[in-house]
Amino acid sequence: MSQSAQDRVNDFVIKLANVNGTGSASANSLLMKTIFRMGIPVNGKNFFPSNIQGLPTWYEIRVTRDGYLARSGRVDVMVAMNAQTYAQDLADVSPGGTLIYDSTWPRHQLLARSDITILGVPLARMCNERFSNARTRVLMKNMAYVGALAALLGLDRAVIEQLVEETFARKPAALDANREAIELGFAYAQEHFDCPLPTRVEPLDKTSGHIMIDGNTATALGCVYAGATVGAWYPITPSTSVMDAFKSYCERYRTDPETGERRFCIIQAEDELAAIGMVLGASWNGARAFTPTSGPGLSLMNEFLGFAYFAELPAVVVDVQRVGPSTGMPTRTQQSDMLSAAYASHGDTRHVLLLPANPGECFEFAVAAFDLAERLQTPVILLSDLDIGMNDWMCKELSWDPAYRPDRGKVLGADELVDAANFHRYLDKDGDGIPYRTLPGVHPKGAYFVRGSGHNKYGAYTEDSDEYREVVDRLLVKWRTAATLVPKPEIRRHPKSAGWGIVAAGSCDWAVLEALDRLADSGIHLDYCRIRAFPFGKEVEEFLEQHERVFVVEQNRDAQLKALLTLETEYPKQRMHSVLHYGGLPIDCSSIVSAVERAEAQGEAA
Amino acid sequence: MTSIAKPKIVHRGLRRNALGLTIRDYEGGMSTLCAGCGHDSVTAAIVQAFFELDIPPHRVAKMSGIGCSSKTPAYFLGASHGFNAVHGRMPSIATGAGAANRDLYLLGISGDGDSLSIGLGQFAHAVRRNLDMLYVIENNGVYGLTKGQFSASADVGSKAKRGEENRQPPIDPVQMAMALGGTFVARSFSGDKDQLVPLIKAGIRHRGFALLDVLSPCVTFNDHEASTKSYAYTREFRHRVVNADFIPPREEIKAAYDEGEVMPIELHDGSRVLLRKISKDYNPHNRGAAIDYIRSHHRAGEIVTGLLYMDEGDPDMHGLNNTSRTPLNELPFEALCPGADALASLQRRFR
Repeated sequence: MSQSAQDRVNDFVIKLANVNGTGSASANSLLMKTIFRMGIPVNGKNFFPSNIQGLPTWYEIRVTRDGYLARSGRVDVMVAMNAQTYAQDLADVSPGGTLIYDSTWPRHQLLARSDITILGVPLARMCNERFSNARTRVLMKNMAYVGALAALLGLDRAVIEQLVEETFARKPAALDANREAIELGFAYAQEHFDCPLPTRVEPLDKTSGHIMIDGNTATALGCVYAGATVGAWYPITPSTSVMDAFKSYCERYRTDPETGERRFCIIQAEDELAAIGMVLGASWNGARAFTPTSGPGLSLMNEFLGFAYFAELPAVVVDVQRVGPSTGMPTRTQQSDMLSAAYASHGDTRHVLLLPANPGECFEFAVAAFDLAERLQTPVILLSDLDIGMNDWMCKELSWDPAYRPDRGKVLGADELVDAANFHRYLDKDGDGIPYRTLPGVHPKGAYFVRGSGHNKYGAYTEDSDEYREVVDRLLVKWRTAATLVPKPEIRRHPKSAGWGIVAAGSCDWAVLEALDRLADSGIHLDYCRIRAFPFGKEVEEFLEQHERVFVVEQNRDAQLKALLTLETEYPKQRMHSVLHYGGLPIDCSSIVSAVERAEAQGEAA
Repeated sequence: MTSIAKPKIVHRGLRRNALGLTIRDYEGGMSTLCAGCGHDSVTAAIVQAFFELDIPPHRVAKMSGIGCSSKTPAYFLGASHGFNAVHGRMPSIATGAGAANRDLYLLGISGDGDSLSIGLGQFAHAVRRNLDMLYVIENNGVYGLTKGQFSASADVGSKAKRGEENRQPPIDPVQMAMALGGTFVARSFSGDKDQLVPLIKAGIRHRGFALLDVLSPCVTFNDHEASTKSYAYTREFRHRVVNADFIPPREEIKAAYDEGEVMPIELHDGSRVLLRKISKDYNPHNRGAAIDYIRSHHRAGEIVTGLLYMDEGDPDMHGLNNTSRTPLNELPFEALCPGADALASLQRRFR
């Protein structure tokens, strides 16, 4: 079904096909930011290779007046800058769309489609004529297509100019070159084509109070604001930018201007086994400590995660999920660490998971992760993913409550210890399954042995069955307490719902929201429960019970969220219907819509 | 790690240190290791050293991994905080602990299996970071808890109890630490308390990573005739090249030494280490020459002991990081959170 040209105003997708390492990222971000500043909701998805230079990379910008922030799946304007992928890029353009290519060289194969408009702009020739430096010529081709798109899509040139000035404020030479390149593309398009295209932007006022931020930066800010002082990590895509951002904010806000002393310590560990060990060592000593990682790193951390569960040490792990198994596809997205994170390590272990759906929640949950880890004295895993972590998302401006104070949990200080008759580490004095802990060096009475071996409620080594069971059973009491403290699900009920629901988590959110609207348009009304944490808590259980059938939408092959729901709730597995998307690109709404429609059709037939 | 509580009987005449504590206050539970285990002698040396250093026990974090040696923290410093980590991963725990609280005394106890096989990577990186800690390897060439397999420190030609001969070359933690830039590298023998106690004291006061490799025979699995880690072999072939005396701050140097033979090294807290050469051809300040010396003597079947290399000038992990003088775990939240206004202004670049 094709939409009329009118419908494509502020509602279309630009896809930019580039070669990585050629500087296209700044041009693409300039493009997206321009649209955002024109007040039009927008999102950007970067599909990049696990490589530094020379391989294909794509950037998709969805211009979405209705504010749908999921991937759309269609391509209305393709900018084909990579000869290696021309054939695929040509095929990807939706009927009625436009393909722009560099016409410096003849590209006869591009004329193979008659249902789209093909526009040639001699980007390389223009830049070669204008610029003398070889690297500048390559970089400016990108800015030249921004100029051409400005004319074709009706972008506000004053906004572009402002952004270019902000970006190159400190590099006047680059500023001039960028301006010139944009002008080259703009003038060419104006002269040769009917500008603007029917697919174009018109200013709106739907982005005020919002920012464009990636989840990893937001997570890092959360760690800074929560007061984390120790960050240990081993570089791994797609989590690396969490520590990059943490470091840069700490350098900015936590360095003494006079002495240069740093109120933080970042340690690049030898591997992830050491990274989590450092976090535990620091947490044991009362510092807020965290480690960002991804699937392979989480696998390596298993032994220590079990230790922390059993010895009851706080730890914050940020797992920015990527495609598995094994090395998988490091620069593609998935939600496939759900089960391995929930039950990481041998023996009976269960871990608290926080499941943010957008950068705003990355910020909020990063702070919550430290509070929960210290309150519950256990590892908390913030399960983000590459889509949230590395793409720029439009979200509400982050805000901070100045009244916030960290919840350090049940830690006995010197004053309490001096008056205490004695201290026993693992007694459940309050009935919530959470014992009291002490920090090394504070008071002689607080000393105890942290151990991963069997221990009794007093903290002493044991091999006695009853003493062991008493401790692990108490850990279950703590688990039930955790279920009452973690973020509650976000539930959206439709008044006309006929008893069917969707359950999803994390970055599936926008695809589900868009699918709900599309389904509603065709008369199918569903309720929606977005799970935001594990353990699930009674609200999730109730939602399930209230629905005759539930679609569990997730981005992995093995229906891991459904498996977790099967294991951890009483809801019958037969009533859960999986919608799975796991190719590595962010989920769009179409698979959800078609799965529900199919089920609806079968239901009617039955 | 098993241990048996030890009844605490304090004789009135027992000497007290500057804190008013007796040596009993530095002991731990009763050892459950085999009778005659070298590790128990190391435990006794640690107890004496910390008592004599007047260190409050609760200011010490004693950490270990897995193995016979890693059980020993239960047997000393009962009033210290202990951390019995997973196998081979104690260095990372120590690194995190030191990162959070730079004022804590970090004492790591490990073995040859824990440090040289499963934990070789973490051991090497702790040396490289110059983490401020004393790291003791109780080295006996075998896996005791799993009943006598060779460890990575077993010498070529050394035989297991049942006659099997080790053919793989050993990893020597001393040569490794020197090659990795270790700033305090020492070797001793569990049966030589006179040498051991000052080395422990100097190691704990040294700012940076202090490695103390202690040959500590396993009476049950590696104390037989064809072993190169037995009591008899170690006694016969150990070769003390450097003597190290530890002089606390403000204390006079009483013993008389010939000038030129003694090298005093001042530590950051004002205490001194007096290095006295026993072998004229050994130089504890020349890394390359020291490694060559140790290697060639090892080839000849000799075990070189003493404070083999020391450099007090290199910055430790916090020095390199320029970490705040106040331990990170004591900083108030206000010193860490940039606040609402900063958050509002930093977001300008996201618009």
